[in-house]
Amino acid sequence: MEAAIAITIGIVFGSGIWLVLRPRTFQVITGLLLMSYAVNLFIFVMGRLWIDKIPLTLAPGTPDPTQHADPLSQALVLTAIVIGFATTALYLVMMIGARGLTGTDHVDAEEEEDE
Amino acid sequence: MSALAWQQHLLLLPVIVPLLTGALLIPVNEKHHQRKYAANLLSTLILLGCALALFNLSDKEYWPSGIGVYLAANWSAPYGIALVADRLAALMLMLTAVLALAVLVFSASRWSRIGVHFHSLFQFLLMGLNGAFLTNDLFNLFVFFEVMLAASYGLVLHGYNVDRIRAGMQYITVNLVASFLFLIGVALIYATAGTLNISDLGARAGALGHDELSLLKIGAGILALAFLTKSAMWPLGFWLPTTYAAASPPVAAMLVLMTKVGVYAMLRVWLQVFPESGGPLAGFGYTALFYGGLLTILFGGVGMLASQTPGRIAGYGAIVSSGTLLAVIGHGQPDLIAAGLFYMLGSTLATAAFMLLIEFIERIRTPGASLLAVTMEAFAIDEKPEEPVGVGIPGTLAFLGLAFAACAMVITGLPPLSGFIAKFSLFHALLNPVSGEPGLQAWALMGLVIAAGLAGIISLMRFGVRTFWAAGTVVPPRLQLSELAPVAALLLLCVGLTVLAGPVTDYLQRAADSLHQPGRYIERVLGEPVVPAPGANGERQ
Repeated sequence: MEAAIAITIGIVFGSGIWLVLRPRTFQVITGLLLMSYAVNLFIFVMGRLWIDKIPLTLAPGTPDPTQHADPLSQALVLTAIVIGFATTALYLVMMIGARGLTGTDHVDAEEEEDE
Repeated sequence: MSALAWQQHLLLLPVIVPLLTGALLIPVNEKHHQRKYAANLLSTLILLGCALALFNLSDKEYWPSGIGVYLAANWSAPYGIALVADRLAALMLMLTAVLALAVLVFSASRWSRIGVHFHSLFQFLLMGLNGAFLTNDLFNLFVFFEVMLAASYGLVLHGYNVDRIRAGMQYITVNLVASFLFLIGVALIYATAGTLNISDLGARAGALGHDELSLLKIGAGILALAFLTKSAMWPLGFWLPTTYAAASPPVAAMLVLMTKVGVYAMLRVWLQVFPESGGPLAGFGYTALFYGGLLTILFGGVGMLASQTPGRIAGYGAIVSSGTLLAVIGHGQPDLIAAGLFYMLGSTLATAAFMLLIEFIERIRTPGASLLAVTMEAFAIDEKPEEPVGVGIPGTLAFLGLAFAACAMVITGLPPLSGFIAKFSLFHALLNPVSGEPGLQAWALMGLVIAAGLAGIISLMRFGVRTFWAAGTVVPPRLQLSELAPVAALLLLCVGLTVLAGPVTDYLQRAADSLHQPGRYIERVLGEPVVPAPGANGERQ
């Protein structure tokens, strides 16, 4: 399972890098999204891969740490998702603004000569 | 003791005050810009007061070792988020507040009014900066970085025109990718060491096995890439000159401080987790940092020579100063850090003053053209900020010329201002290492710093001569007192740094000494007691 997860994250992140290097803003934002998915998955699995572990809840008694999945990486990934979502939304606004002002969706805000 | 002493709460104020002010200002209509300005000014003054108080408390050793710890939500140290104020953090808070005050007064008459929500974004930027200086938790550092960056994205676009959009798009993309790297680094560090508290990380790192250590090093390396992107180390700093040149002058002045946040984070994390000597992690990454710093100085120097516009010259100047700082950290010589910090103070103030000065210089060149922005139409702001009415300050041009010369002297390190003293003490420390003779590395660093200084002099002189002497009939620009005063104040501070170089250096030496004793941080942060629950007789589970 580790290998499958690792390869998945690698492919998603790699696709993200490729897209970020493309000249159109839509490609760039798709790339940023893919990269953020990969990073979120990465943070999540850094709490180790478990199967059949119960979540940490307010049950009476002292919880046995070996029976629970690591809650901290879940908290981290939630924060990261929210922040990533907000900044991507901001980039989207920026993209629309750039499109409106310059009339092109090229990342340099001007078309290349030989295209 | 059933509650915290009030001094303890001072650690939280630099984060809370700007957050509340910024949030409260959002619903206020832009028509009330005077009131918004007043609220912003009040908040910034509170921050300055707070920074001064913390400065005093940490230097007078009100807390043991001068390190104040605030446990957020009363969670004990490795589990909750700890805020830490030591001498260095207090100094950075003060620098932020001083710079913010100058920039705010400067922008009051025109710049804050050419777009919406300037004051809120400004306060959020301050919150992010202050939080990044105070926090002792890696993930929390990420959050404050994001707050700071999100505010800066808005501010870079403030008064947006095509140039700002173009620069902003690249700036945002680069920083978003850097944030992903930050997250990967933090996740790897958490996975190997099981902690995010920087001091706790330093304490635990020594006990890790070989495999985990190498993973931790990879994590820290990726994390460093994120910090170094912020501090514009070559080859991660190509976004900087374009962004600085495109941003409006007050925003550019605040951005100067943002590059220093990356350097600060490096200093804080590296010296605690990877001390210069002792332990299995000693010395990791210093060589890369040193050579990276050298290349950055080289890049900045060449860039300064090649630039024609003042915004780009200042941007490359900021790159040179971050390169110098990174090389100083990477050189790994404890007594060098104090000199480096002194250099940072002077160069930050002078570069920021130069950014503000550029606005006046642009007015000489193209009177009235600098304000063309589409935002005013886009947001239907009726009331145009009045064109600056000349209040007839005598000798405006003389002032501009002198201020320009003073900035140039500090940035390039010519006597008699603080830049020279900073470089002199850097060289003094490099030439007198604790043991043995200065090595090849020290000579290389000195050579490059001198060469970059020379490049700066050539570039700034060329620009100054063209603007002030060879421009034919120069029409003195119309300036307002509220615009002149901040620039003058920043430069006077540089003069003050020169006059008070002795006490300031002593203070910085104390700050650097405590940075080099990570054990003290570990003891203070992990040993900080929580506030006992009421009626629990001091017992707490």
